[in-house]
Amino acid sequence: MNFVLSLVFSSLAVLVVVLIPWIGVGALNLKILFGVVIPYAALATFIVGIIVRVLDWGRSPVPYRIPTTAGQMWSFPWIKSNPIDNPKGTGGVVVRMLFEVLTFRSLFRNTRLEYSKVDGVPRINYEWEKWLWLAALLFHYSFLVIFLRHFRFFMEPVPGFVTLLESLDGFLQMGAAPFNGFGLPGVYLTDMLLMAAVTWLLLRRILYSQIRYLSLPADYFPLLLILSLGTTGILMRYLLRVDITKVKELVIGIFKFSPVVPDGIGVIFYIHLFILCVLITYFPFSKLMHFAGIFLSPTRNLSNNNRFVRHVNPWNYPVKFHTYEEYEDEFRDAMIEVGLPVDKGAKTAEEGEKE
Amino acid sequence: MYDGGKIIVGLIIGIGLFLSPFIYNAGTAAKPPDPQLTKKAKEAKVCVAPKAYMRESHFKMLDEWRHTVVRDGERYYKAADGKIYYKSLQVTCLDCHSDKTKFCDQCHNYLSVNPYCWDCHIAPEEKK
Amino acid sequence: MADTPKATEVATIDHYRPLFEQGWMNKKAEIKPGIYCYGAKPKNTNAVGMPFPKDWNPTEDDWHLPENWKSIFKEGLKDRLDKFRSLKIFMDICVRCGACADKCHFFIGSGDPKNMPVMRAELLRSIYRKEHTIGGKLLGKFGGGRELTEDALKEMWYYFYQCTECRRCSLFCPYGIDTAEVTILGRELTNLIGLNIDWIAGPVANCNRTGNHLGIQPHAYVGMIDFFVDEIEDVTGVRVEPDFNRKGAEILFVTPSGDVFADPGTYTAMGYLMLFHYLKDMGLDITWSTYASEGGNFGFFTSHEMAKRLNAKMYHEAKRLGVKYIIGGECGHMWRVLNQYMDTWNGPADFLEAPVSPITGTVFENAKTTKMIHLVEFTADLIKHNKLKLDPSRNDNLKVTFHDSCNTARGMGFLEEPRYVLKSVCNNFYEMPPETIREQTFCCGSGSGLNAGEDMELRMRGGLPRANAVKYVHEKHGVNMLACICAIDRAVFPELMDYWVPGMDVTGLHEMVANALVLDGEKKRTTNLRGEPLPGMEEEEDV
Repeated sequence: MNFVLSLVFSSLAVLVVVLIPWIGVGALNLKILFGVVIPYAALATFIVGIIVRVLDWGRSPVPYRIPTTAGQMWSFPWIKSNPIDNPKGTGGVVVRMLFEVLTFRSLFRNTRLEYSKVDGVPRINYEWEKWLWLAALLFHYSFLVIFLRHFRFFMEPVPGFVTLLESLDGFLQMGAAPFNGFGLPGVYLTDMLLMAAVTWLLLRRILYSQIRYLSLPADYFPLLLILSLGTTGILMRYLLRVDITKVKELVIGIFKFSPVVPDGIGVIFYIHLFILCVLITYFPFSKLMHFAGIFLSPTRNLSNNNRFVRHVNPWNYPVKFHTYEEYEDEFRDAMIEVGLPVDKGAKTAEEGEKE
Repeated sequence: MYDGGKIIVGLIIGIGLFLSPFIYNAGTAAKPPDPQLTKKAKEAKVCVAPKAYMRESHFKMLDEWRHTVVRDGERYYKAADGKIYYKSLQVTCLDCHSDKTKFCDQCHNYLSVNPYCWDCHIAPEEKK
Repeated sequence: MADTPKATEVATIDHYRPLFEQGWMNKKAEIKPGIYCYGAKPKNTNAVGMPFPKDWNPTEDDWHLPENWKSIFKEGLKDRLDKFRSLKIFMDICVRCGACADKCHFFIGSGDPKNMPVMRAELLRSIYRKEHTIGGKLLGKFGGGRELTEDALKEMWYYFYQCTECRRCSLFCPYGIDTAEVTILGRELTNLIGLNIDWIAGPVANCNRTGNHLGIQPHAYVGMIDFFVDEIEDVTGVRVEPDFNRKGAEILFVTPSGDVFADPGTYTAMGYLMLFHYLKDMGLDITWSTYASEGGNFGFFTSHEMAKRLNAKMYHEAKRLGVKYIIGGECGHMWRVLNQYMDTWNGPADFLEAPVSPITGTVFENAKTTKMIHLVEFTADLIKHNKLKLDPSRNDNLKVTFHDSCNTARGMGFLEEPRYVLKSVCNNFYEMPPETIREQTFCCGSGSGLNAGEDMELRMRGGLPRANAVKYVHEKHGVNMLACICAIDRAVFPELMDYWVPGMDVTGLHEMVANALVLDGEKKRTTNLRGEPLPGMEEEEDV
């Protein structure tokens, strides 16, 4: 599967995802299907899928305590240990996990190999490389903020944190830009950051030869899907306006289990909604589960305390090993010869003669 | 080691966050907005543009009006039906839509929209 | 055995991929001489009861696989998914961000894209997706799934035995995916169908039977130590008196057998002997074992079960001798096993006591259940309490840098203690660049059982990043000695240094301790343990 094929395949898949609601609502007017039935099905798949997947992970035990220690262990009082990168207990682990989940600490360590050969001698440098970390962080936080901002459609009355997020996200007041008719409603930072970050995450898969080599359709597909989700959202906000009062009626209807499908919502909304449905349906079956998996990663969520807190493996079973008795039986004579103590004593001269 | 308890607690928290809109909305009436036209607006029957457009994009028109009036000094708007309107929020729009609470705020509050129109413009005094 | 190409040839490495090329799933692995290790010989696999012993050659088409190898492999994979949450998580959540790609010493040194940690794991992950995920089952290659074919198996084998389980990738992975774990379990799968390499199988068989990886029998082992005793007497005029298998001793000492049999590890072993002798009058009561005489655990490169079998001998011997606790020598993987596995496998060692230094009274709180401490922590504690009379100027001819072993660094966090000891016994210490030490340390390139002779090119390539960092301090500060606390390091660095950084020597930490250690009643020391003149003694040596 080379990258062209992967890209074409993923793009086609996303194209189909866009076309389905376009035809389904635009031509066939299947509003109940796309506005109610599919969202419920997708949400159910999402929730049940995540639960099933996480419980399935949980069914397998953690036989060994194998944290990756990224700092000095807890040792003598006069040696400064690193309680976060090499935690000795739950507190340190919690901090380490928070750093991982909230700041992508491990990714922040990233460097880039710079290899060259000068006069036949290799020269290896490890260069500054935080772009992946930055793009990943911007992408995830923008997505989170955008998701939370959408709560103005999900909740009635609109909670205060949503209003706050909106004003923070729109604080640049780009609506005041000197172009006629552009800029209202207020332009959100996260919209642009998300699109920029996702675009970069996609481009690096194509431009960097190593990443291109290892990328699969399963890597391009979600990125393209999120790009089209963002594109339809932005289109809907700035160009192809829909009646958002009715949109909210539909959404609240879903959350109150009394679905209504108001007339007069543009097709673009149904496309946006369907892309989201595909994304969350795909979620539990894909690498997107890293969202939950990071919490269960045994190299991060365990303490490096094996030598002072016993770790029990539930399937530990006895093994047959070569015992000292067997060893001595084989080498007894030689051991006695060099004066090594033995448990059973040497053969007496008589025994030796009998043999 | 399984840590089943921690996993289940984590799942409940995580899934709970995703399901919070269900829980939140269950306790509220969540009435859809009901913007009321004043008598004058009802009589006028038409606005400066069709109703659907006004519902979706009235602020775009207001933004455009603001720019063209303030920057270009163009004070008149020719509607699709050929009728000429004076471009003014206060003089034209609010002349008909004079009840901010029952008209503007209905949808704005519903969708958490906080237009800064009223930073400068004075909302018409409402008849009690 | 393939000729190893010259360093200048090996240094031509292309890390870039062409714009258009076939997807990796469509290419079969080319098993190259100099890179792969010889297949395990039946006598060695037989000796420990491993399945499907056979004579086989990885470069031949026919690997003499058992008829039902596919179902064995698939069942084995399923079984391990059920037993190891790590494997399940690591199979499921990789997003292929590529952060690990250029962190692997084998990728840096070879440019072979399948040596990117993510790809090494993808080799198995693709099989996993085909067998266990909806996407892989429905969409095949488009879903990232790959059929388990003989070619796929050979490729996995080839690359699982090009990983030293150093865990550097896991440090950089945003989800902590540990390719070492994948390699360990992947190797278990290859072992289920009789595909080990002989350099692992041989030492496993030997360790199991005789207690050391070369298969040296007890009397020869004792003879070797006796030889060290003579050497020490020549250098110091003091006769040390180690004892073996002594019941009632307070402490059992276990070190990798490489220290006893291979230069320059032997000098480290002499260092242990001199330190123990020095401490004897101060109350140290320690004994060596010929039965549990291997700290390093080649079983760990075979399977968890084999590792546990070999590891079990330590507690078994400690119990038989009635010691209070165990001290372990300088070793890398040995200490990952002791730190992260031993107690879980073979504990609880309730017949032992929490380690207390008989000289300083320090209680080793951080080892109170496993009851095994690192000799370097023991020594660091002694130095801190001023219990050792040291003359660091005896090491003044050395400019020293320190190599953190992968496993003590990333599987334990043992970073400061060795540095403390090192700085106490020498005056010229220089660190390598920060991206190459401590938790970011680079592997020697020959760990996890890959220190055979036939894969020399692989080892030189894998060791390149480490060697390059050594070269940096060699040129910048004139560093001429590479200190380490790992027997494999000591065994493989001399060759690696000769190849990339001529003029570097290699030492264990306790060799340097012993050279600086002022023994009671010693004669005027004119040479170090290697018989080289001490600084300022060059002339006397000539006499």
